[in-house]
Amino acid sequence: MIAFERVSKRYPEGHDALTEVSFRVESDEMVFLTGHSGAGKSTLLKLIMLMERPTRGQVTVNGHTLNTLRPGRIPQLRREIGVVFQNHQLLFDRTVYDNVALPLMISGYSHREIGRRVRAALDKVGLLAREKAMPVTLSGGEQQRVGIARAVVNKPSLLLADEPTGNLDPALSAEIMQLFEQFNQVGVTVLIASHDLPLISRLHHRILTLRQGRLIAQGGTGS
Amino acid sequence: MSAGASQSRTRLLGRLQSWRAHHVHSARDSLSRLRGSPFSSVMTLLVIGIALALPVGMNVALENARSVSVNWDSPAQISLFLRAEVSEDAASSLAERLSRRGDVADVRLVTRQQALSEFRQLSGFGDVLANLEDNPLPNLLLVTPAPAALDGARMGLLRSSLEGEAGVERAVLDMEWVQRLNALVALSQRIVTALGLTLALGVLLVIGNTIRLAIENRREEIVVVKLVGGSDAFVRRPFLYTGFWYGLGGAIIAWLVVTLTLWYLHGPLSALALLYQSDFVLSGLGFAGSLLLLCTGALLGLVGAWVAVARHLSAIEPR
Repeated sequence: MIAFERVSKRYPEGHDALTEVSFRVESDEMVFLTGHSGAGKSTLLKLIMLMERPTRGQVTVNGHTLNTLRPGRIPQLRREIGVVFQNHQLLFDRTVYDNVALPLMISGYSHREIGRRVRAALDKVGLLAREKAMPVTLSGGEQQRVGIARAVVNKPSLLLADEPTGNLDPALSAEIMQLFEQFNQVGVTVLIASHDLPLISRLHHRILTLRQGRLIAQGGTGS
Repeated sequence: MSAGASQSRTRLLGRLQSWRAHHVHSARDSLSRLRGSPFSSVMTLLVIGIALALPVGMNVALENARSVSVNWDSPAQISLFLRAEVSEDAASSLAERLSRRGDVADVRLVTRQQALSEFRQLSGFGDVLANLEDNPLPNLLLVTPAPAALDGARMGLLRSSLEGEAGVERAVLDMEWVQRLNALVALSQRIVTALGLTLALGVLLVIGNTIRLAIENRREEIVVVKLVGGSDAFVRRPFLYTGFWYGLGGAIIAWLVVTLTLWYLHGPLSALALLYQSDFVLSGLGFAGSLLLLCTGALLGLVGAWVAVARHLSAIEPR
């Protein structure tokens, strides 16, 4: 599903964010990406989303060779990937329903199909009753769940999350991780960047560890 | 038809429907956003409306002036002032002879008596004229050239040929002021065109700037839309519709301004035309002109928005 081959990323100001990173994530796998802040987790996710392009090396995602992907094809790639952000990236001038419906509107689903899928996604994250609410009226955990509903509403084959539990207390964090595991169980490949080692080491999935832009460990479940 | 082809056709149909749905959604959404900030929207619409109304109004005025000058143009005449010693009988036989010429359509004799009474009636100098011992006016022949002789050079030739006739004191071609008016109208036309182009550029800039601000205000939304796979066309669409509405709305205001101004001028102008015994009727924009104005406004809006979107949207990328 994801393959990095000797990928390096140097930002224009000369900072080396990633150096010679190689790894694979197979379909249906759930993998954590960890490391201190500044270790290169966000850069790695941005390379998968084509928010950045690598300086050297090759990235393959869901059969797309990203190095040769034309800018006009980037929207198509992003529609195949669901993304959850630490700061939710919700639109505060529209309802929960409209926020979750956005990817479906972009992909051009019919009105009826959008309604069906949005309610299914909201039901999945336990927010079906709040579809008409504005995001400001929701708690942090609820906002994050709206972000997750938006990420999965398009039934992507790959789900990325950047510090999805960053602002949440341990109990809520565990709940959110459980949600990701449920999606993984129905066949979605999941890659989660998180520095919450105590939490992710309990969950028995493969952990990729970055330190100063280099991949220092990529095997081993927490067990 | 194979199942695959039928399926891909259904998919194409579905995409077409959703494409149309997003157009409808963008059009409605951008319109309701304009209504959401009525004060600034109305200000912008007024600026666009006034900028469009100026050249359009001047153009209507010019069209009317031209229709007047066309009415004056056709009866171009050459006045032949005959020598004082030429009698009325001689004048009428000269008139008959001249009217047989190929380049003359018609000759009308105005006798000294007719001329005097006409002058007395129109000039208001009746009392003064009554005191004159003797009629100072000569007999006059009004020569209407044949249509083939109507252009400037041939009229000149005809005039000098007529002046060479025995008994003719002077031949006056009274067209110069018509030519001057035509030259003035042509010059004004150029000025209106230049002004129109300048103001159209102004409208483009106003709309471009308005769209730039709208893009800036919705920066976060654009980032999110691009992150979840929105294409450039998808992001662009609502802004293009905003420009379209501004252009169309401004054109409607311009139409109202021009129409109301014409209505306001109609009364005094009719009175003036009546004084000149003219059947002049003030003509407005008409259906074609109105349609052209609305289309031009909408097009200017679209182009202005397109320029702004092309310049500013690509700069907003998720980071």
